[in-house]
Amino acid sequence: MKHLLSLTTALVMTAGLTAPFAQAEEPKKGGTLVMAIQQTPRHLNPAVQSGTATGQPGAQLFAAPLRYDEGWNPQPYLAESWEIAEDELSVTLNLVKGAKFHDGEPITSEDVAFSIDTVKANHPFKSMFAPVESVETPDEHTAILRLSKPHPALMLAMSSQLLSIIPKHIYGDGQDPKAHPRNGQDVVGSGPFKFVEYTKDQHVILERNDDYFIDGLPHLDKIVMRVMKDGSARTIALENGELHMSGFEQNPLNLVRLKKNKDLTVSDKGYGAIGPINWLAFNTQAEGPTSDPIVRKAIAYAIDTDFMLKALMRGTASPSKTGIHPDSPFYDDTVEDYGLDIDKANKMLDDAGYDKGSDGMRFGLTVDYGWPTVKPPAEYMKPALKKIGIDVTVRASPDFPTWSKRISNHEFDMTIDNVFNWGDPVIGVHRTYSSENIKKGVIWSNTQQYKNDRVDELMELAGSTNDIEKRKKYYAEFQHIIADELPLYPLFPSPYHTISNGKVGNPPDSIWGTSHPLDRVYLKN
Amino acid sequence: MSLIRILLTRIGYGLLLLLAVLVLNFTLVSIAPGDIADSIAGDMGGADAEVIEEIRARYGLDQPFLTQLWRYMSGIFSFDLGYSYFFNTPVTELVLQRLPATLLLVVSSQVLAIVTGTWLGVMAARNPNGLLNTVVTFLSLFGFAAPVFWTGILLIIAFVSIIPIFPVGGMRDVTVEGGFFVQALDVLYHLILPMVTLASIYLALYSRLARASMQEVLGADYVRTARAKGVPERTVLYKHALRNALGPVITVAGLQFASVISGAVVVEAVFSWPGLGTLALQSILARDTPTIMGILFFSSLVVIIFNILTDIALRLVDPRIKAG
Repeated sequence: MKHLLSLTTALVMTAGLTAPFAQAEEPKKGGTLVMAIQQTPRHLNPAVQSGTATGQPGAQLFAAPLRYDEGWNPQPYLAESWEIAEDELSVTLNLVKGAKFHDGEPITSEDVAFSIDTVKANHPFKSMFAPVESVETPDEHTAILRLSKPHPALMLAMSSQLLSIIPKHIYGDGQDPKAHPRNGQDVVGSGPFKFVEYTKDQHVILERNDDYFIDGLPHLDKIVMRVMKDGSARTIALENGELHMSGFEQNPLNLVRLKKNKDLTVSDKGYGAIGPINWLAFNTQAEGPTSDPIVRKAIAYAIDTDFMLKALMRGTASPSKTGIHPDSPFYDDTVEDYGLDIDKANKMLDDAGYDKGSDGMRFGLTVDYGWPTVKPPAEYMKPALKKIGIDVTVRASPDFPTWSKRISNHEFDMTIDNVFNWGDPVIGVHRTYSSENIKKGVIWSNTQQYKNDRVDELMELAGSTNDIEKRKKYYAEFQHIIADELPLYPLFPSPYHTISNGKVGNPPDSIWGTSHPLDRVYLKN
Repeated sequence: MSLIRILLTRIGYGLLLLLAVLVLNFTLVSIAPGDIADSIAGDMGGADAEVIEEIRARYGLDQPFLTQLWRYMSGIFSFDLGYSYFFNTPVTELVLQRLPATLLLVVSSQVLAIVTGTWLGVMAARNPNGLLNTVVTFLSLFGFAAPVFWTGILLIIAFVSIIPIFPVGGMRDVTVEGGFFVQALDVLYHLILPMVTLASIYLALYSRLARASMQEVLGADYVRTARAKGVPERTVLYKHALRNALGPVITVAGLQFASVISGAVVVEAVFSWPGLGTLALQSILARDTPTIMGILFFSSLVVIIFNILTDIALRLVDPRIKAG
């Protein structure tokens, strides 16, 4: 029945294409968008829970002061305008007038102040609002953020994935916001869609907010987010039309298959701010050879990134030379290029005195991985490094906590890791290299235990000015030092893709992927 | 009188078993490396040290193991299964939400397997050289040999991808609107593939069992007598013979119940069926100890209850079994 239906729609659509007057880009109102999310969210309040499982429904339920277009430019959202003071020590937000929460209460500067306080106290990324000393609310529609130092990450930190404006009259009742009963049920937000139902491991259902503060939006009546953990199941559901859209797809085999389907649009646009980079991390303080930069460089020369991209990733990913995502304005691709050069690698190790034993091996190293998508690059290390006389043992972990325990307690030689940029380098990049952030037991801290005073200084400089040209210069030098000392060797960004079928108009392509307000998305006839 | 005594003994043993299950599993889960703080941090794309410490302190994970065990067990004795770390929801509520989906899958697949399996077995036993006998042999080989997740994926490829007549997974389509009847039909539509997948293993088992015991019974004197006095063949088969042949099937069905539940975990994962299995997998990966324990508590309870029910069913089918 469903298939008969989609067949007729397909016919109608072809007829529409051949029609003389193609009124192409007029978004249509109404319809239910069915999309997939890959994990079951703990709850739906992004103010106290980071990650994309909460972020995707969260961006629909809650508006943020700003949103970003695909060119990394801040756009007005709940704040219709904003000014950064001359001394860069305060930022004034002018809120949209007449905006209301889903329960009809007005959204005021009090709520903005409350939201920033809540996020500052409870969100896992402390760097987002650490320099914010206070938020003043001179009137209902003005919020002034007072800063202890210029804070360039602030604009991105105030966009949809990172700062949800939550109602003070609900979450300010004295209960712990992290365990608040309204995080998962009866959620009252400020965004384009209202909460209808959340059934764990099954779906989140959202409906149109008729009182949305942007006139004429959203286009959709309803969004159903189905929790589908299995990639093959999502692929089939996209193929047979059960799903309209799915974001964050990265399995190369599924992507290749989906790309062949003419009814589907497969786009890798719009994950720059998520900025997920796969790299080979080294334990730079290990008792073994990975503490020697020469060894790390030799390993880099022995890795054939082109082969990985072609054979393992099937052309779905592009290279990343540094730990900053290639889509970021701060990415610098002029850093040292470690192309494949086995002879050079062998010579470096010979010269450094790592002699080959009778079995042709110089020494042994382990390489860890913690989840299935990075198994192929981890396994590739064994044959690749054998060519330079390193005997690699691939150490699998049955699940994430096991891997996390090993890596965060620095019990490893090398590991494949995947770390997100989370918008501004201050939020997601500094944590990997800052010597202050060597913290045992904390995953995605500086688990490489890398220490370089100049790097610390450069991050400090780049993190305390809003001058983008200066920042670019600092981050360029930073990336050059990292590429030279190699606490980690970047491989490629996770090939996140948004898949949408022909019915979906305006699929999201902002820098936050599908973790972005879907108010402009519509369904064609 | 004696039946009640037996029942009471069984219940007593059951409770001891339950206690052992809980202590053993709590220990096992605690031995596994990593805890909920690691998995929450992973879920969130990283977290600062103070956040991680706060999570550990909040759930008492910074306490010594014995203190944690003691806290958990004393909670159990006051009928409190605790809070899910991951979802911040009472475990009882979380598990009771999922239990019906799993029971629906388990019971429907068992009914399908027992009814079809027994019928196939009877037919095969009646005509030992017939085609059906070959079918039963083939089915039992296939059902035993094929891993259940493989059967599931095969069925998905066949009936979702190539001939798209069934949905990919899940339990219901939220875009379907209608009354109870429409919703129930929708659930049934989603149930068919997982039910058939889970039934496939047991279909093989029961058909072979039924065939063997039926063949034995059909050769017995009383069956010959019944036939000789002119009782119609149908009555001989289903009334005289089957009732005696059913004993082994029921016994095995009861004993298999625990294995059906573990089979359901796999089937649920393949078909994203929102039952206890999906929850169990998620909780184990997340180190959500109270939820894992809650699931084990309820599933051991279900197994114990079904074992007792099997005992009663056997007595009803075969009046010869008394206070044995």
